[in-house]
Amino acid sequence: MAKASMSTTHQPSALGRWLALGLGFAFLYLPILTLIVFSFNDSAMMTSWAGFSFRWYEALINDQALLRAAGLSFKVALMTATAAAALGTWAGYILARKGRFKGFALYVGLVSAPLVIPEVVLGLSLLLLFVEMDALFGWPGERGLFTIWVGHTTLCMAFVAVIVQSRVRDLDRSLEEAALDLGASPLKVFFVITLPLIMPAVVSGWLLAFTLSLDDVVIASFLSGPGATLLSPEIFSRVRLGVKPEVNALATVFVLGVALFVLIVNALQRRQEAN
Amino acid sequence: MMAGLWRARWSAIASIAPPYVWLVLFLLLPFFLVLKISLADLKFGIPPYTSLVSFKDEVLDLTIHLRGYILLFSDSLYIDTYLNSLKIAAITTLCCAVIGYPMAYYIVRSRPSVRHLLLLAVILPFWTSLLLRVYAWVGILRNDGVLNNMLMYIGVISAPLEIYRTDIAVYIGLVYAYLPFFILPLYANLVKMDLRLLDAAYDLGAKPWRAFLAITLPLSMPGVVAGSLLVFIPAVGEYVIPEMLGGANTLMMGRVMWNEFFTNADWPMASAVTVVMVLLLLVPLIVFQLNQQQRFEREAYR
Repeated sequence: MAKASMSTTHQPSALGRWLALGLGFAFLYLPILTLIVFSFNDSAMMTSWAGFSFRWYEALINDQALLRAAGLSFKVALMTATAAAALGTWAGYILARKGRFKGFALYVGLVSAPLVIPEVVLGLSLLLLFVEMDALFGWPGERGLFTIWVGHTTLCMAFVAVIVQSRVRDLDRSLEEAALDLGASPLKVFFVITLPLIMPAVVSGWLLAFTLSLDDVVIASFLSGPGATLLSPEIFSRVRLGVKPEVNALATVFVLGVALFVLIVNALQRRQEAN
Repeated sequence: MMAGLWRARWSAIASIAPPYVWLVLFLLLPFFLVLKISLADLKFGIPPYTSLVSFKDEVLDLTIHLRGYILLFSDSLYIDTYLNSLKIAAITTLCCAVIGYPMAYYIVRSRPSVRHLLLLAVILPFWTSLLLRVYAWVGILRNDGVLNNMLMYIGVISAPLEIYRTDIAVYIGLVYAYLPFFILPLYANLVKMDLRLLDAAYDLGAKPWRAFLAITLPLSMPGVVAGSLLVFIPAVGEYVIPEMLGGANTLMMGRVMWNEFFTNADWPMASAVTVVMVLLLLVPLIVFQLNQQQRFEREAYR
């Protein structure tokens, strides 16, 4: 009934729809498309088309500095995504289910602040923490992958928490309550019943944390030490002065890889939900 | 009996403690350190700032340096930077609303199968590198870039438009980067709207525009507010986008703070800029927190 009425009386004008969605999505996607097209351009400039070529992809696979940075970035992103998924799932579960303890307001503030706080603030404040800690306890010493990991985990767990909490809220609680009534411990109920049910959200959160970590320039710049140059700061230092065609090639690999991956995960999730 | 109570209490604390402790240690505490170091003075050595408290010859010395703050409030360059950052973030938010509201609206009103695909298309950019997507605009907006070449080719303009390295390029980059952040909360709000309200309005003879202004728009305001805050607050402190697309005179706080820290190695000054940035954002931050808290608390006891 609701569906029927929606498709008739609430169907807004077709022209407005095409204008808003067409222009909006063109704005979101055309820039990526130009990058992909020009990554196959035989010229170093993005001014005109000089013929099809794979030369920038060749330049990319021979770029040792970039590859080393990419390797380090993947390592940090994997560790970040895993830690952020664990902590963020925990934090999101608390947000959804345990809203009655002292200090809940502060807790909500702390969990959601990284969603909006400018990254320069997070970067500087964590750097000062590590410097002060090092002066007081002689730890963590030189900044590097570990300190970046802490920064990225703090940022990313907020995103995981928001995704997970909305999934936890949508859960039907009767399964969990039945298990509790039958005498299972709360911990066991969480791992055997709740966690499998919210797994799609945890996986989405893991993936989002992975890409956020890979993408970050600012926090990594503040918290990195000698020899710990990550991919995004390296790209940023190259392109802040203009166009670098090998970065076009890298972007193409990256964008297509991620798009393919997300589409596959999404299709799998929808199939699972349909079953 | 008492032991059982204590155990229940401890397990309740343990069940919430780890994420809480992490956030207090790595988010709350660091911010107080920024506050502290913004009151220190520059010093050669490691760490490159003075300590506020010292104890010598039975005298406890507390030294507070206001150098950073005095400079921040007397130098017109800094004041211009604050105002400009707020202006750029506000205009960016407005543009996101003008582009994003119709998008969210029409996505919600699409057939469910199409709706899912369109929503995925809004989310997809989140998963691809923002840095690389902003970089794409460099190649488009440059004087010899794709946009100018195309416009000159079709004869709309005869000389290239100067967009790259101007404020306009920064606006384009910011709106582009933050548009999905505006659309998603608004979508989540609009999709929950009770369409029977619109049916009632139409039955009573309201024209679509009037029904939209009287019903849909007011009901969607929480989504608009949430989306605006997700755009406005981070945009004020944005560093990467103005650095990549803006000109030397595009003044933004994130950039000024970055230069104080990395170029001038003046940590107390960078801290003072950060403190002022957070203070300027205090009102929107509190609104955001209340908005989040209300959402979590209201939904928790449904």
